[in-house]
Amino acid sequence: MLRGPRDGKPLRPSAPPADVAPVTTVTDGLDSTVPTTAPTALTVDLRGVDRWFADVPALKDLDLAVPEGAITVLLGPNGAGKTTAIRMITGALAPDAGTVRTFGLDPIAHGEEVRRRCGVVSAKPALYDRLSGKGNLEYAAELYGLGPHADDRIHAAADRFGIVDALDQKVGGYSTGMKTRLALARSVLHDPELLLYDEPTSGLDPESSHAVLELIREMTSEGRTVVMCTHLLVEAEGLADRIIVLDGGTDLLAGSQEELTRRYWPPNLVHLGAEDPAQLRPVAGWDGVMGIDTEVPNRPGVVQVQLDDPGRIPELVARLVAEGVRVTRVEPHEPTLEDLYFAVRRDHRERQLAAERQGLAPVRPPTPLDPLAVEEAS
Amino acid sequence: MSAAVRPAPPAGTRARRERRAGSLNRSRMMTVTRTELRQLYESKDFWVPMTILGGFFFAVVPFILLLAISSIGNVGAIQQVSDALKLLPQTAQDAVPQDVGPSTQVSYVLAVYLFAPIAVVVPLTISTAVGASSIVGERERGTGEFLAHSPADVREIYLGKLVASLVPGYITTIVGFGIYSLIVNVIVGAKVGGWFFPTASWWLLILWVLPPFMAIALSLVLRLSARVKSTAAAQQAAGLVTFPLIIIAYSQSTGALLGSGAPLIAFVIGLVAWLIAAVLLSTGFRSLTRGRLLGVADER
Repeated sequence: MLRGPRDGKPLRPSAPPADVAPVTTVTDGLDSTVPTTAPTALTVDLRGVDRWFADVPALKDLDLAVPEGAITVLLGPNGAGKTTAIRMITGALAPDAGTVRTFGLDPIAHGEEVRRRCGVVSAKPALYDRLSGKGNLEYAAELYGLGPHADDRIHAAADRFGIVDALDQKVGGYSTGMKTRLALARSVLHDPELLLYDEPTSGLDPESSHAVLELIREMTSEGRTVVMCTHLLVEAEGLADRIIVLDGGTDLLAGSQEELTRRYWPPNLVHLGAEDPAQLRPVAGWDGVMGIDTEVPNRPGVVQVQLDDPGRIPELVARLVAEGVRVTRVEPHEPTLEDLYFAVRRDHRERQLAAERQGLAPVRPPTPLDPLAVEEAS
Repeated sequence: MSAAVRPAPPAGTRARRERRAGSLNRSRMMTVTRTELRQLYESKDFWVPMTILGGFFFAVVPFILLLAISSIGNVGAIQQVSDALKLLPQTAQDAVPQDVGPSTQVSYVLAVYLFAPIAVVVPLTISTAVGASSIVGERERGTGEFLAHSPADVREIYLGKLVASLVPGYITTIVGFGIYSLIVNVIVGAKVGGWFFPTASWWLLILWVLPPFMAIALSLVLRLSARVKSTAAAQQAAGLVTFPLIIIAYSQSTGALLGSGAPLIAFVIGLVAWLIAAVLLSTGFRSLTRGRLLGVADER
């Protein structure tokens, strides 16, 4: 079942207007742990979307569900299709196949309405260097039809992102951080419901990146939906309510970080270290130890142990000490997004290779949050 | 699940779907125009050379030439030029004052008939320069992304940019001919009995013939600007496209001024040019898609 990011509610598409064919609601009961409470709306719903640039496929059978009021991070390497997906969402580009619904609307047929409700920051800030900061915001205000309230909104948006003092300067003289702040201010000027940020911290120093991510977090607390593209795992970690990993124009998997790590990693992992790591090997046969890995990537001398219950850790340590092992490290291991990301991509590559060897079509791993997998299962 | 990749769709179908749009919002169109003009105003590196170009053709050259002819008097060379005036069509000869000296007659002919190309070449050059970078420039600066994600319809963007390209050229025409009129009336007018310029044919040329020629040129230039990959390529291609057009406009303008029944000819030429411009403008916006603003390989 599709679930909301924070409350575990089942997801449903936004109600479409009378003249728009509704998107099929996905229902089933794959994940029995999900409570059956009121459904959460999908702000964006892409199904089986293909898009070609000349003869190069940019998106291949892409599914993408963005729940309302959450931060959804599109994670993937360069060329994964993140930017193209954003362009599909606003109707800036039309799909060659599949359906795109934003706010329940087809963004090609209802482009003006969809784009009026979206705020976009692209990888390059897309600002007019010859205009002042205020000139850039005025241009956006006029295109979005803000009318007589534009000045107040411009000031409020600039104030929020800390660029009021620079509004009269030409943007050509702005630093990269100031340009990003101005682009962010422009994206919220018309009070959009959906914010689409394509690598918004690109080119920023760590301090500015942190500030920008904080501002993005603040905006979802006001009920806005955010879709953010990044290839920086550290940015997605802790920020994303929902992560969608893309590669080669296809969604590899989607879900919250917890859900995804649960899928790719066994629970109750502990990293153990000892002055003599060889002394840790007998642990494999002890009660409650489900498995042991003596080669942990990038952590020489560390042994990864899987327990049946995290409550066994004190018992494990006490026994090691009793047997004379000089323990140097006991660390419950929570897999990071980086671990997850590389595991997903490795898994995908292995599946693809296996499929190619058998002469089958490319595969995509089904996940509990994959709508197509859910449809098939139901 | 397995996902077989579908084949690419036939070329053109996607662009047609992207172009489906509602009514034209004139306010947004004018916003695009105003912003383009604001950027031009802020670009000294553009308007300073263009002002020099206009000043050279509208003021410096006529001033020096007419002053020289008026000052040197009826020397042999002037007499020869005066004799050559007999080659002009009869209607043009009839318009030249007969009760004045050869140098004044030559000055009059130069003022009224020789500088016709100025009316065409300078504004077309300026408008073409603005229009050529108009769309491809958005793509190069990355600002096309902002426009592509904005609520503005591509027709509003296209027409907004077209008007913004037209305005600098036409303002140059109006201001330039204001200055030009002043110069020729001061230098030559005193000798032919008062202010004589612009003549009726010139009014028609400036107000009726020139604007459609500029619109034709710009509709072609903007199509190029939407398709090429760089501003430099747009400038090159625009030069190739507009050069023949400048020649045609020049010859038609000259014909409109010199031919028998000149005002009527000017009117007919203008009418035909307006019809062609209307067709080109009404189809020109098709060259602009959001994909082209984004700079993706949109059309196969």
